[in-house]
Amino acid sequence: MLEESVNENISCPLPIQHHDKIVLGHGSGGKLTHDLIQRVFFPKLGNRILESGDDSGIIDLDSGVKLAISVDSHVVSPLFFKGGDIGRLAVCGTVNDISMSGATPLYFTAGFILEEGLDHQILTNVIESMEKAAKEAGVLMVAGDTKVVQKGKADGLYITTTGIGIVPDNVNIRGANARPGDVIILSGTIGDHGIAVLEARNELGFTSGIASDVAPLNKLVSEMLAECNELHVLRDPTRGGLATTLNEIARQSNVCILIEENRIPVKPPVMAVCEMLGYEPIYMANEGKLIAIVPEKYAAKLLETMQNNRFGSESVIIGTIIEKPQGKVLLKTQLGTTRVIDMLSGEMLPRIC
Amino acid sequence: MKHLQEYRDNRLVQIVIKKISDSVTRKWSIMEICGGQTHSIMKYGLDQLLPTEIELIHGPGCPVCVTSLEMIDKALEIASLPDVIFTSYGDMLRVPGSTKDLFSIRANGGDIRVVYSPLDAIKIAQHNQDKQVVFFAIGFETTAPANAMSILQAKSLGLHNFSALVSHVRVPPAVEFLLSSPYNRIQGFLAAGHVCAVMGYWEYPAIADKYHVPITITGFEPVDILNGILMTIQHLETENNEVSNAYSRVVTKEGNKPAQDMIKKVFLTIDRKWRGIGVIPSSGWGLRPEFDSYNAEMKFSVGSIQSNESSLCIAGRILQGLEKPFNCHAFGSQCTPENPLGATMVSSEGACAAYYRYRN
Repeated sequence: MLEESVNENISCPLPIQHHDKIVLGHGSGGKLTHDLIQRVFFPKLGNRILESGDDSGIIDLDSGVKLAISVDSHVVSPLFFKGGDIGRLAVCGTVNDISMSGATPLYFTAGFILEEGLDHQILTNVIESMEKAAKEAGVLMVAGDTKVVQKGKADGLYITTTGIGIVPDNVNIRGANARPGDVIILSGTIGDHGIAVLEARNELGFTSGIASDVAPLNKLVSEMLAECNELHVLRDPTRGGLATTLNEIARQSNVCILIEENRIPVKPPVMAVCEMLGYEPIYMANEGKLIAIVPEKYAAKLLETMQNNRFGSESVIIGTIIEKPQGKVLLKTQLGTTRVIDMLSGEMLPRIC
Repeated sequence: MKHLQEYRDNRLVQIVIKKISDSVTRKWSIMEICGGQTHSIMKYGLDQLLPTEIELIHGPGCPVCVTSLEMIDKALEIASLPDVIFTSYGDMLRVPGSTKDLFSIRANGGDIRVVYSPLDAIKIAQHNQDKQVVFFAIGFETTAPANAMSILQAKSLGLHNFSALVSHVRVPPAVEFLLSSPYNRIQGFLAAGHVCAVMGYWEYPAIADKYHVPITITGFEPVDILNGILMTIQHLETENNEVSNAYSRVVTKEGNKPAQDMIKKVFLTIDRKWRGIGVIPSSGWGLRPEFDSYNAEMKFSVGSIQSNESSLCIAGRILQGLEKPFNCHAFGSQCTPENPLGATMVSSEGACAAYYRYRN
């Protein structure tokens, strides 16, 4: 009876598409960001390299050298948070974007947009932090730019960085390379960065003690490549979190990703904050974690290698790649049931109760 | 996370599932009234574990979903005004009004801030004396005490720049409304644990008696929800229209008296329009006349705004348990959480959003 009545007399109110103005959700890294890229950027600027949709573009030079180039803007507020700051974030973010193609990051450039009235000391502290992070990662800043805008036109300080790296021979790591049977390894706990920033914004109203995980992952990646050069996919689950990143890979590779809730490591304070505020850790940002998708036969050795690096000491296998349903991410819950995990949709909002 | 993981324990879950399977002999339709429970059921896939005889119907207990279009339009009107800081629970920002949502207002320069508690809005008012701070006071009985407290605090602090746009809804009249419908298919109810933590459950025996349905006060974790279902099934199977409490670690029959007193002090019972359903008599709370100066509808003269849902998506039928989200032709295609056509897709507690996120 119900089925018959379904399609009659139904016309929904028009959806609000947000096509006329940019809303914050367009910068969330989730679905709205993807829609914006597909609708606005790709039609005009798209090409084979850009449309691969990976963290860095891979350019094949005539000399046979494969160059990896990335770009990333950093607009985090506040500028300093437990475990890091915008400077460390800018260097690590770029190093990691390059590393996720398997490339060795060598150089970066940085553009600074400074707001009139910014304290010199703040800028100095950020630059010192960048120096430290660059040394840690072993990368050199080779070009820079500074602009100052009127007070109120920026939030203190924005940094845009470009990374340059070289992809080693015989390495072919892309979001489109996941294959059924592959194993998914996560390099540690999720959600730390997201919670640290929320806390620094005084949005929690209490102290969680969680520090951001922001870290350069290039050395971890080079050790992984030394162990196994048949890595299929590497990706750092930044904005939009683990859930969004896995969805990107599932779509790029046209496979299904099956992960197990019980295996995903989350620090108890991160879980507690998420429970209280109605967030899910799988959507929280990370800045020092990676996902590796590898053929099953290499998984055990690779896991051991990762666990021996300090940025991968809590690495675990969280799931496998299966064939169907293509383009989807499934989560096996702790109760043995299965549910679909979608991308972050728009801005992350706390639930009311 | 102690005292939480225990209620998600797979071994306990399996024990309760077994008991449910052993108790059930025929088909039963049970409604979980609360959106928080719908969310948990979908998140943990509890319906996949239940015997096929049991159908769960997802009720209208998502305050974001049922806030009327008219009230959203009033909020949008106020939030667009210069010199207004509009504060709201996060979920409300995505809810579409007649032509826009709060996100669009913010993109056009409106000062809209997400708060976790109305008391945060009071702090914002204290720090921004040259601005009018408005709090969107929505929710069921659960959010009512804190919302009432914000009004009392504003008064005691002598704040003249704070007001609330009140759109409170109450559960028991909605339960009665659903049960009195000629199309009613609901045979048993899981009552909302957190609402009962505030209000107690002394109102329910009369309803259970009148409509011959068992009602079980139920919590939100997997073991809690399954226990609620078990008790309801046992009552149904024995034709026992009892009100029982499966959430006794939180809920007492009397509820939280000081919270109830505060609600009574600030609010009075009024008729309220529910999105997708229409007006349900005595189903809302509004500000008492002595708090008129904190009433944003009066302060900003938006009381006369009237919006009618020009045509309905099937949210209304879903909220009454007459349809499942999958039955809607727009589900997952034209209607997604990014572009919700109806209220049930907007909030993560809405039935359509829960289906979309976890079953798509």
